[in-house]
Amino acid sequence: MQIDLRTVSIQPLRNTFDHLVRRFGDKPASRYQEGSYDIQAAENLHYRPTWDPEQELYDTGITRIVMQDWYALKDPRQFYYSTYTLTRARQQDSAEASFAFVESRGLAEALSDELRRTALDLLVPLRHAAWGANQNNTFICGYGYGTAFTQPCIYQAMDNLGIAQYLSRLGLLLGGTEALEAGKAAWTSGDAWQPLRRYVEDCLVLRDPFELFVAQNVALDGLLYPLVYEALVDDHLAGRGGSAVAMLTQFMSDWFAETGKWVDAVLKVAAAESEHNRAQLQTWIGAWSERAAAALLPVVGQVPGAEADELVGERVAAFKARLEKTGIAL
Amino acid sequence: MDMKSANRKLSLKDKYRLFTRDLGWEPSYRTREEIFPYVQYEGIKVHDWDKWEDPFRLTMDAYWKYQAEKERKFYAIIDAHAQNNGHLHITDARYLSALKIFLQAISPGEFCAHKGFARVGREFPGVGTQVACQMQAIDEIRHAQTQIHALSNYNRFYNGFHAFAEQRDRIWYTSVARSFFDDAMSAGPFEFMIAIGFSFEYVLTNLLFVPFMSGAAYNGDMATVTFGFSAQSDEARHMTLGLECIKFMLEQDPDNLPIVQRWIDKWFWRGFRVLGLVSTMMDYMLPKRVMSWREAWNIYGVENGGALFKDLARYGIRPPKGWNDAEEAVDHMSHQLMLGLYQWSFGTAFHAWIPSDEDMDWLAKKYPETFDRYYRPRWMHIRKLAAAGTPFKNYGLAKLCQCCQLPVVFTEPGDPTLSCHRERVHQGEKYHFCSDHCQALFENEPEKYVQAWLPMPQLFQDLQGDLTAWMDWVFLRDGEDNGDYADSLDRRNFEAWRAMATSNQ
Repeated sequence: MQIDLRTVSIQPLRNTFDHLVRRFGDKPASRYQEGSYDIQAAENLHYRPTWDPEQELYDTGITRIVMQDWYALKDPRQFYYSTYTLTRARQQDSAEASFAFVESRGLAEALSDELRRTALDLLVPLRHAAWGANQNNTFICGYGYGTAFTQPCIYQAMDNLGIAQYLSRLGLLLGGTEALEAGKAAWTSGDAWQPLRRYVEDCLVLRDPFELFVAQNVALDGLLYPLVYEALVDDHLAGRGGSAVAMLTQFMSDWFAETGKWVDAVLKVAAAESEHNRAQLQTWIGAWSERAAAALLPVVGQVPGAEADELVGERVAAFKARLEKTGIAL
Repeated sequence: MDMKSANRKLSLKDKYRLFTRDLGWEPSYRTREEIFPYVQYEGIKVHDWDKWEDPFRLTMDAYWKYQAEKERKFYAIIDAHAQNNGHLHITDARYLSALKIFLQAISPGEFCAHKGFARVGREFPGVGTQVACQMQAIDEIRHAQTQIHALSNYNRFYNGFHAFAEQRDRIWYTSVARSFFDDAMSAGPFEFMIAIGFSFEYVLTNLLFVPFMSGAAYNGDMATVTFGFSAQSDEARHMTLGLECIKFMLEQDPDNLPIVQRWIDKWFWRGFRVLGLVSTMMDYMLPKRVMSWREAWNIYGVENGGALFKDLARYGIRPPKGWNDAEEAVDHMSHQLMLGLYQWSFGTAFHAWIPSDEDMDWLAKKYPETFDRYYRPRWMHIRKLAAAGTPFKNYGLAKLCQCCQLPVVFTEPGDPTLSCHRERVHQGEKYHFCSDHCQALFENEPEKYVQAWLPMPQLFQDLQGDLTAWMDWVFLRDGEDNGDYADSLDRRNFEAWRAMATSNQ
C-alpha cells in the first residue's frame, strides 16, 4: 500500500535559472545542466593575461576548431563532480577488491617469471605515459573554452593520475620498487619506449587545446588502450596464465570503454558543426594516429609471442571504424 | 623474491612519492622551457622543485572514496531540504540578500579558481606542486556546483537568483569579485598562487566562509550550511597548499622575497575590498546575527592573521602594507557600503532595507565608537525620507574605483567625515580610486588596470544612460529583484507561505 505523505504545497515562481530556460525551455533543469552550462564568464573580461597578452582570459581563438556554441560539446555521461566521484568510488571499490584478491591468494607469486617480467616490462613504463596524459588533460581543462567541454577534462586528468597510480601499485606488487626503477629507466632510455616518449613530449608543447584533445584522448588513448589492455593483457597474457594481471588492470579496460563514449560524442558534434572542423579533425587525427601506431609498434613488439604488426594493424582498422561512426573518415 | 615484505618497508611518504613525483621524468625530446613556458617571466627563482613538501598526501583512490562519501551526504540533505520546503525555515527573507550576492559574485569566483588551478596545475614544473594544484582545481568546480545546486531551490521561490550567470558578467557590483579573480588569473602562475592560494584561501577565507556559513546556520538555512560543512575539509587542504607555496617560494631564493612581499601587499588589499561585501552581510543582512564584522575581523584577521605573519617574519615577510588602514576601516566599512547599497538598490538584484531600531541598537553596541556618531543619524534621515513618501534613491551613478571596482564610498583614514577619493591622469586619461592603496596598485601595473571593464561607463557608452534598457541588459526585473525589502514580493511571499505552513489559515 502506498501512503502519500503531505507537505504544504507552494507554487514555485519559476522552474530554473534564466540561462537554462533560454537553452532548454521553461522546465526544471538537471543538476548536470545547472552545474555546467554558462558557468564560465563569457563577457566583459577585465584584463588580458600577462602570460600571453595576445589571448583573452577565455579565448575561443586559441584552437583551430570553431564552434558557434562550445556548450554543444556535451558529455553523454552527464558527469558533474558528484556523479563523477560516485562512479569512480564504485570502480575503486572493485579495483581494491581485485588487488586484495590477487594479494590474499598469492596470485602474483604464482605467475611464472616470464609472465611477470612481461607484465612489468609492458605496464610499468606506462605510468609515465599516464602522467603525460594527466598533464595534457589538465591543460585542456585549463585553456579550453566552455565548461561542457572542459569539465570532463579535469575528471579525465584525475583518472589519468589514478591510472598512473594503479600501474605503480601493480609494479610494486609484482616487482617492488626495483620494478618501478626499471620501468622508469626503460621509459627514459629503452629503445622500445622512445617513440612513445617522444610522442608524449611533443604533446606537452601543444598549446591548441583541441589538437591536444585529439593527440591524447583520441589518437594515443584510442590505440594504446585497446592494444595494451585488450589485445595484450586481456587476450595475450590471460591466455598464457596471466589472468591475475588482467584483474589488476580491469579499471583501465572499463575506463576506456566509458570515456570513449564521451570522446566520440565530442568528435561527432565538432565534426558535424562545419566542413572546416571536419577537415581539421581529419588532418589532426590522421597525423597523430599514424604517429601513435608507429610509437606503439615497438611497445607491442617487446611482448614475447605477440605479433606486433598484426595486432597494431587490427587495432588501427578498428580505430578507423570507430571514427567513421563519428563522421570522420581517415 | 619476497615482494610483500619489500612493499611493507615503504613508508607512507615514500609510497606517496612513488605515486606522484616519481611519475615525472626529465624530458629530452623537448626542452623544459618549451613545456613550461610561463614559469620564468615573473622573476621567481626556483632551484629545486624536489624541495617542495607535499602539503597533503592524497592518492586518487582515497580522494574518490572520501569525496564520494561527502557528496552522498550533501545531496541527500539538499534533496530533503527542497522536498520539505526548507526555505520556510530561514529566519526571514531578508536573509536571502546575502545568498543572492553569494551566488552572483562568489560562486563564479569558485569557478575561476577551478580554471586557474587547472592552469597552474599544468604550468608548474614540479610534479608534487602540479598534483596538489590539480586536486584543488577539481575541488573548486565541486564548490561552484554544490553552491549552485544548494541555491537552486531558492531560485524557484524567490527573486534575484534567476540571472546569476548574466549578472556575473554584467551587473555593476559583481565586477568587484570578478575583477579580483580576473586579476589573479591574468597574473603568472606564482602570483596566482599568492593571490588565490595564499591571500584568498589562507588569509581571507576564514573571514568569508566562517561568518557566512555560521550565518546560514544561525538563520536556519540548512542547504547553505551543508555545503559549508561539506567544503570544510577541502578548504583545509587548500589552506595548507597556499601556505606551502609561499614558504617554498621564500625558501628557494632570497631574491623572491621582495616580489612575494609586493604580491602579499597587493592581494591583501584586493581581498580586503572584496570582503567589504561580506561586512554588509554580517552586520546588516542576517536577521539573526552571528557576530559583527568587527568581531570577526578581531578573531580571523587580527588573531589568526597576526599569528601567520609572525610565523612568516623569519623569512623577512612583514604584514601587508594596507593592514593598519584596514584595521581602522573595519569600524566603518559595513555602514558606508550598506548606505551605498540602499541608495542604489534600484540597481541591485537583491534587496536592501533601513535597519530597525533594534538593528541599530545592536550596531551601536558592536560599534560603540562609530555607529551612533556617524551612521545612525544618516539612517534616521533616510528613514524620515521614506516615511514622508520620498525614499532616498541616488539615481546618479556610483563612481567606481578603477582598481577594486567598489563605488568610491569610503572615508579618509583618520577622518570619517571626509570622503576619500583619489584621481590620477595616466596617458591623458583620468582614473579614479577609492584609496591610496588602490591607486598604488594601479601605479604598479597601469598597463593591466587601464584595461578594467567598468560597468558604469558601459551604461553611458552603449545604452546612452537609459536605465530601463540597462535593466533589461543585466536581466534585472524592476519591481521584483531590486528595491527595498519592505515592499518586496519576496517578503510578501515568504510571509504568506510561512503562514500557510505554520497556521490553519
